Amino acid sequence: MRRFFPMPTRLAWKVWQRNRDVFFKTYLVNFLPPFVEPVLYLLALGYGLGLFVGEIDGVPYVSFIAPALLAISMMNSSFFECTYSSFVRMYYQKAYDAMVATPLSIEDVIAGELLWGATRSLIYTTAMLVVLIAFGVVALPSSLLVIPFSFLAGLLFSGIAMCFTAISPSIDTLNYPAFLFITPMFLFSGTFFPLSVLPGPIQVFAMAVLPLAQVVTVSRSFTLASVSLPLFLYSIAWIAVVCTVLFFVSIYLMRRRLVV
Amino acid sequence: MQGSEETTEGKRGDNRIRSPIIRARDLVKNYGNVRAVDTISFEVMPGEVFGFLGPNGAGKTTTMRMIQCVSPPTAGFLSVFGLDVKDHPAGIKRWLGVVPQETNLDPDFSCRENLLVYARYFDIPAREAQKRADELLAFMQLTEKADVPIDGLSGGMKRRLILARALINNPRLLILDEPTIGLDPQARHMMWEKLKALQAMGNTIILTTHYLEEAERLCDRLVIMDAGRVLVEGRPADLVRRYTGDEIVESENSPQVLACLQEMGCRYEVHGDMVQAFSDQPRVLARRILETCNPGRVFVRRGTLEDVFLTLTGRELRE
Ligand SMILES: Nc1ncnc2c1ncn2[C@@H]1O[C@H](COP(=O)(O)OP(=O)(O)OP(=O)(O)O)[C@@H](O)[C@H]1O
Ligand SMILES: [Mg+2]
Repeated sequence: MRRFFPMPTRLAWKVWQRNRDVFFKTYLVNFLPPFVEPVLYLLALGYGLGLFVGEIDGVPYVSFIAPALLAISMMNSSFFECTYSSFVRMYYQKAYDAMVATPLSIEDVIAGELLWGATRSLIYTTAMLVVLIAFGVVALPSSLLVIPFSFLAGLLFSGIAMCFTAISPSIDTLNYPAFLFITPMFLFSGTFFPLSVLPGPIQVFAMAVLPLAQVVTVSRSFTLASVSLPLFLYSIAWIAVVCTVLFFVSIYLMRRRLVV
Repeated sequence: MQGSEETTEGKRGDNRIRSPIIRARDLVKNYGNVRAVDTISFEVMPGEVFGFLGPNGAGKTTTMRMIQCVSPPTAGFLSVFGLDVKDHPAGIKRWLGVVPQETNLDPDFSCRENLLVYARYFDIPAREAQKRADELLAFMQLTEKADVPIDGLSGGMKRRLILARALINNPRLLILDEPTIGLDPQARHMMWEKLKALQAMGNTIILTTHYLEEAERLCDRLVIMDAGRVLVEGRPADLVRRYTGDEIVESENSPQVLACLQEMGCRYEVHGDMVQAFSDQPRVLARRILETCNPGRVFVRRGTLEDVFLTLTGRELRE
């Protein structure tokens, strides 16, 4: 059965532990960005630009973008971990070769990487949430639900990233998904302005296929403590399904690349 | 470096049934259209040091990787510890110690941390892992470097650390793919000493190497491969005797000497400015060349594995 269907075991956590240990060795470097970045965005966009924008859908601009900052952090922290960092471990450091020479299978290794990408999302998002709470721009206690949600969203973007890593011939070709997929999504997912100002077809497109649009919808429901139930349920279901599918597809693609 | 429990258990098992540790029958591996391993068969017995020799691209690493259960065979049968590699990769890998051809230590960690992280992959409890890590660092004479990051090690130290890492789980089978690659003579001798010690403790070892002197010293038995096939298998001394006789006559390459050898009707090979002649009675042959062929110089030396290797695989460079 396992030979045909990629089924990781509990040993995946060994890989997760390895990445965690490296992360906390250099935690000063790792922890600065999630605290500094939101402050910059809040000041420049929330308060600077917000002065001209005023309110969107009846909420102050700074409160409108706060959940988007969280969603973007979920995306970036996991996506870049499972693209560039994973590629370096796989290709340059031969870390996966070293790991599969132990009882770990390639399925365990990739699953561990994905779980770690999700964990990074959780760590960064939590740090950022602390800042946003300090600025008083998110509702409590509903915003705390962002924390468990960031793990799920991180797993989603890790899966997407790992699919690109699995098919990327070199580290340079990872720039394509970074610039052609992540950057447009960063701008057109209801992050800094509502989707409703875009032409109809683009709105439909965004809500049908853009992962970040779903993640922003859910995050915003939590931080504003106001929920449009059908849309919320749709986005959560979308994330859960795509996340599950990509978890296995990315492992499958990696196995195809590495087991020769 | 066998732990106490495993040693007694392993030894008892070995004595009861001396069945092969590795059994390969008509093993084939293709990479796309490239046939890297072409229908090879061999067996490795417990406690044996078994060598794989061959020019670049012969298929040695490919064979190692199939035994390691990381590269599935295209065809044929391969079992390790009596388990089929297709069905029991985790059960087999649990008892392997691997030194890969390409160094793949974890640059984010120090020497000791590399061992500890690796021990965790084998589910070795933290306390036990620390004890073993310190023992192995001492065994490999790396205690002083324990807290140094990998980038701060010389090539030889890295190879030693990789061997230490391969021993962390008390393996029953050590797979060493060019363990002494890139080492200076001192470091190579030290590595040989360690491998001899491991052999004396009853470990089963398979290794590849391009240093034929190393193979001659370490291996109980070996195969010479070329282009994916096994050309010959045997004990180093037996192979030398079979393919070169005990001794080889070497003489300067001059037309006179060649004419002379032809006349005597003995087998010879020309290599650049030198001729090698083979005979059952090398000393008699050498005297005759000296007396009748007017060579610049002529001498008799012991045949080596290198002679066997070059005889069998030719002298052309491999891609
Ligand atoms: N991943 C791969 N994909 C395609 N071909 C490969 C791959 N690995 C090895 N080969 C090919 O298989 C053949 C055997 O390679 P292998 O690495 O087993 O040789 P080797 O005996 O270990 O050589 P060396 O002494 O140079 O290490 C070569 O022709 C090589 O080009
Ligand atoms: Mg090789």
